Amino acid sequence: MIRWSEIRQYPSAIVGLAIIFGFILLALYAVITIPYSEALERWRGGEAVVENNPRNARPTWVNWFNQENLPPTLILDSRELPETAISYTTISDDIEEKVITMSFDYEYASFVPELTFFIEADFIEKQPFVEIFWVTPNGEEIRAGEVTPGGQEIYRPTQDDRVMRRVEANSAEVGFFLDPSLAEPTPQKGTYQVRLVGLIFEEESDFEAKLVMYGAVHGIAGTDHLRRDISVALLWGTPIAMAFGLVAALVITAANMIIAATSVWYGGWVDSAIQRVTDVNLILPGLPLLILIGTLYSRSIWVILGMVIALNIFGGGVKTYRSIFLQTRELPYIEAAQAYGAGSRRIIFRYLIPRVIPLVIPALVTSVPAFVFTEATLALLGLGDPVLPTWGKVIENARSQGALFNGYYYWMLEPAVLMMLVGVGFSLVGFALDRIFNPKLREI
Amino acid sequence: MLKVDDLHVWYELKRFGLGHAGYVRAVDGVSFELNAGEAMACVGESGCGKSSLMKTILRLNKPTKGTIDFKGINVGELDGLDLRDYRSKVGFIQQDPFGALAPFMTIQQILEEPLIINGFTNAAERQSKIETIMEEVKLTPVEEILPKFPHMLSGGQQQRVVIARAMILEPDLLVADEPVSMLDASVRVEILKLLRNLQEKHNLAVIYITHDLSTVRYFSEYIFVMYAGQIVEFAPIKSLLENPTHPYTQALLEASGDPDAKNALEYKEIPPGEPPSLVNPPSGCRFHPRCKFAIKGKCDVDMPKPMPVVDGSNMAITGNKHVAACWLVEEEWKERAGLTN
Ligand SMILES: Nc1ncnc2c1ncn2[C@@H]1O[C@H](COP(=O)(O)OP(=O)(O)O)[C@@H](O)[C@H]1O
Ligand SMILES: [Mg+2]
Repeated sequence: MIRWSEIRQYPSAIVGLAIIFGFILLALYAVITIPYSEALERWRGGEAVVENNPRNARPTWVNWFNQENLPPTLILDSRELPETAISYTTISDDIEEKVITMSFDYEYASFVPELTFFIEADFIEKQPFVEIFWVTPNGEEIRAGEVTPGGQEIYRPTQDDRVMRRVEANSAEVGFFLDPSLAEPTPQKGTYQVRLVGLIFEEESDFEAKLVMYGAVHGIAGTDHLRRDISVALLWGTPIAMAFGLVAALVITAANMIIAATSVWYGGWVDSAIQRVTDVNLILPGLPLLILIGTLYSRSIWVILGMVIALNIFGGGVKTYRSIFLQTRELPYIEAAQAYGAGSRRIIFRYLIPRVIPLVIPALVTSVPAFVFTEATLALLGLGDPVLPTWGKVIENARSQGALFNGYYYWMLEPAVLMMLVGVGFSLVGFALDRIFNPKLREI
Repeated sequence: MLKVDDLHVWYELKRFGLGHAGYVRAVDGVSFELNAGEAMACVGESGCGKSSLMKTILRLNKPTKGTIDFKGINVGELDGLDLRDYRSKVGFIQQDPFGALAPFMTIQQILEEPLIINGFTNAAERQSKIETIMEEVKLTPVEEILPKFPHMLSGGQQQRVVIARAMILEPDLLVADEPVSMLDASVRVEILKLLRNLQEKHNLAVIYITHDLSTVRYFSEYIFVMYAGQIVEFAPIKSLLENPTHPYTQALLEASGDPDAKNALEYKEIPPGEPPSLVNPPSGCRFHPRCKFAIKGKCDVDMPKPMPVVDGSNMAITGNKHVAACWLVEEEWKERAGLTN
């Protein structure tokens, strides 16, 4: 029915198909690389997210456009260091000294936005005592803090007054990196060393440390106010958006078509009844109803999808398709089918509906983005799915956090660009299909 | 076998889709009989109700009044499985072959549909029926044509598919509504000969509708002429062509330019004026406003009944089968009575 050679004549359709294909690949990639439960966990903002992700970091690609060369997140963990970086010295009978030496290169032109130590200690009665030393590339050593970790200790030098008195800056993040030879506050480039010297007072006792220097950039999409990686929502939002759009478009189109064909074929009171129901449905305020359902019943995207479908089953499509079927009904082949005994149901499904499919498929394809936008609209109104990562949720978060005023334009831009691409891709293909299926319309 | 009695088919006209605004009297009191294996032609200009009459015989319309009797079954009352059963005994060939075939179905699907619908559950049996009928209507090579879509065939081939589909359920009666009027002149004769062959081979009763008298001789024994929803003349084909009696029939023969119409030269003028309104038909004889022989005070007042015609050459009754609904016939009888008196 439709040949590649025909599509090839529409370069716009090729572009559209490429976009749709890209989204399909993206959806598959998301589903395969991030299992559903993991996606939910990462979007919920679990422990790993809070510990390792920066807050409101920009996407890595912003570095391509400015000279600042923003640092990504750097994590140093004593559990992952080579043996040589750790040494034990016995000081007395029951005191042992553990020294962890972690070093890293810093080649970035701006400061680390946030710096935190996570120190985990194992002990029975006496906690270890850990001193932290920060050695800058020019050899200066800063005492970066003393910690007596009780189990899991989170230590932020910036919040430690004693440390802050030792550095000439408003924050440890600046103070630890500051190049004293320059007037402008600029980080020193080179190799830094972080030494943790711990005294262990029990035989079985030990401690491990992790230093997280949260990046100013993170991943391909950045992070949000809850430290969640936005790319998770963008990736997983793709299959969700596709499923939402395609299911809604397919079910609504099929239902509209069947109802319209039934209406036309039976005529009489059936037709009148269907037309009245459609009229009433068309004046029903859809959005307020959705808000009502979302508020009182459930904000699950599948409930909302069901509602969107329910509200559109007797939608405008019924009127459009009815006017088409009124013409189709009069075609001689329908009369012929009746003459050889075809029943009403067969005529509706085998003779009326297939005839209008060429008209309907382009419209169906073109309508997919509208439903994707519907999801986003509902999310903006606070009816986004509470657990699923969706594009609409990203936009809603960005809006409520004043992303645009705070310079987090990418937060709003990324989902918006994806949605625009969905719109462009499906429209281009829909228009081309319309020209291929319905060549007569070309002249109009 | 088929007996149509005082059949009326009226379409209701609605004002603004609601209020009643009268009826289109597409068929208004038609009676005729058709025996098994007989072919009958029906002629008349377009809009005179030929298709309405046929659709009612096929029970695509319900009769408004009157009865259609097919082998003792009252066709007007049929529904459900009985109706399907009846329809399987009546084949239908339409005017526009391309329109009569679903454009999205292959020839295979098109021919299979009637069989599936009528309970042929065995696929092999269906296939053999399809192949047999295709050979019969000369749609060959079969394997090449089956997977094609209608638009890939020529008009003549499309009409052969339509004929094959009408024949595939082995009907007793075939209704052909202007089967060749939309075909190229070059294939018309072939298609008509095919229909004639099928009719003879299967002992089919056929009603062949046309508005063109020049094609009727190819097959029918009898012919009736319709005007404004009524039969104005009924005759064996030879008798009608030799002795057209109703002024309207004469005008039709004139227009068709049939070389066999002996009287063709006598009546040069095609009746002026339009076919009458079927909503408010003229009183009396419906043809009187266009008839140059109309008798004032008679033709425009009383509706003529069909009566046997007087044979122009020997004044004998033409086997009593040639009837015309025209007051002139009565005048002629009276004149003859006067002469013999
Ligand atoms: N479904 C219908 N509703 C109303 N009027 C109809 C309908 N079908 C046919 N007619 C009218 O009935 C008259 C006879 O039509 P038809 O039977 O198609 O004539 P023919 O086949 O001789 O050309 C025409 O005036 C036509 O407009
Ligand atoms: Mg007709």
